[in-house]
Amino acid sequence: MKHLLSIEDLGADGINEVMRLSDSFVEVSERAIPRVPALRGKTVVSLFYEDSTRTRLSFETAAKRLSADTMTFSVSSSSVNKGESLRDTVETIEAMGIDAVVVRHKSSGVPWRIASWVEASVINAGDGWHQHPTQALLDCYTIRSRKGDLGGLRIAVVGDIMHSRVARSDVEAFAALGAEVLLVAPPTLLPASLDGWPVKVTHSLDEVIGDLDVIYLLRIQRERMTEALLPSLREYRAIYGLTPERLRALRSDALVMHPGPMNRGVEIDAEAAEDPRSVITAQVSNGVAVRMAVLYLLLGSGADLVIGGDQ
Amino acid sequence: MAERERTGMPPRGGVFVPRTRVMDADDMRRAVTRIAHEIVERNHGLEGVAVIGLQTGGVPLARRLHDALASVGDGVDVPLGALDVAFYRDDIGLRPVLPEAVTDIPFDLTGLTVVLVDDVLFTGRTVRAALNALNDYGRPMAVQLAVMIDRGHRQLPIRPDFVGKNIPTRFGEQVDVADDGVTIGEIVRRQP
Repeated sequence: MKHLLSIEDLGADGINEVMRLSDSFVEVSERAIPRVPALRGKTVVSLFYEDSTRTRLSFETAAKRLSADTMTFSVSSSSVNKGESLRDTVETIEAMGIDAVVVRHKSSGVPWRIASWVEASVINAGDGWHQHPTQALLDCYTIRSRKGDLGGLRIAVVGDIMHSRVARSDVEAFAALGAEVLLVAPPTLLPASLDGWPVKVTHSLDEVIGDLDVIYLLRIQRERMTEALLPSLREYRAIYGLTPERLRALRSDALVMHPGPMNRGVEIDAEAAEDPRSVITAQVSNGVAVRMAVLYLLLGSGADLVIGGDQ
Repeated sequence: MAERERTGMPPRGGVFVPRTRVMDADDMRRAVTRIAHEIVERNHGLEGVAVIGLQTGGVPLARRLHDALASVGDGVDVPLGALDVAFYRDDIGLRPVLPEAVTDIPFDLTGLTVVLVDDVLFTGRTVRAALNALNDYGRPMAVQLAVMIDRGHRQLPIRPDFVGKNIPTRFGEQVDVADDGVTIGEIVRRQP
């Protein structure tokens, strides 16, 4: 595998392989010195055209724990402000000698364009409303580490499905691993068409909340909303928020998940975020191990090469 | 066993075709017992000795050696661990190197005499990687190497301390160590 652009590229086998590898990297992360020399001499660039805390830091931590060198590109202090095009920027960076580009962009499809321009591996760290594959991988890994297996689980993805690349990647990944996926959202926050999505849809969280293995809350993305899709955030919280009352309706063995950053008091109440069933911080720490697995798979394992004959 | 599974798996492709049986189950059992006695003799008992198997071929052997040590070692409890060296190999990128299984060393190595256990000693690169990996877990007082088969063709200055059997091989051959015996054969690649 050369690039990681979407969950579709991986399929169920690929997702399982990344999760199996992640077990080894969780072990590495738990050591006193959490560093292995696997990617020594490789350079990983993070090219973020959109704000990010956890994804960028998580990728950089992952690269450093594999002994790779990291370069960070932030739009605000670059020649993009002088009008340099995406292609020129990418080719300039590549000319410095890099092995992988971790890219986030507000437009869907940008990672595919970059992959067609460069020799380096491209990892999609979020493109517009489209895909965020490493988030889906770390979500699957977090669920697997608590539940053993995703097969047959009932997983509700709640909130702003329309603007959410996390939802698109998660739905594909959860369904590929055999989970039953339920979308819970107001009609205004669902995509115009759900043709081909392996999901069921409901508009009432209260109807389904008692019967869930996982409740996955999405952030209300005010920065992407160009029109009035919600009457008010208070009303959204009342109908779709994970409030203390709904927390009590949730099964005792259910998991509460959120990709971050949280809008406390909107889609999730502080009490729910701190509940023992919440695995939100585990998602973040697993994220480092899963991204190590992805970087290792793309850059280090040589798994595509067929050279054998030694022991 | 592990060797055959590994080399038989895609993407490397190929099937292990056995040719010569060089050890049977009884030979292996006697070799493990002898190595256990040699370890006790060399270290004047088992105080401060730990056994670590290399994933994956060395792990079942390490477990057998651990059991054998329990019966010859005057009741000293020897810690047992497993080590995966994929991240420490120097031939990453030259061949497929995926972790076989998770490293599991549930004790502090510092000050111990660690006996590394593997099924086959060949180029020595796995052992070199294992020595580097051990450093990340602690500072052993000494490291010794026990292997079931030494097949020659070393590319590094590494030698075993305890050997089940020395077997001269050609470079391209494959040695398959299973629970019930050791076989030499070839990997025959599938036609694409």
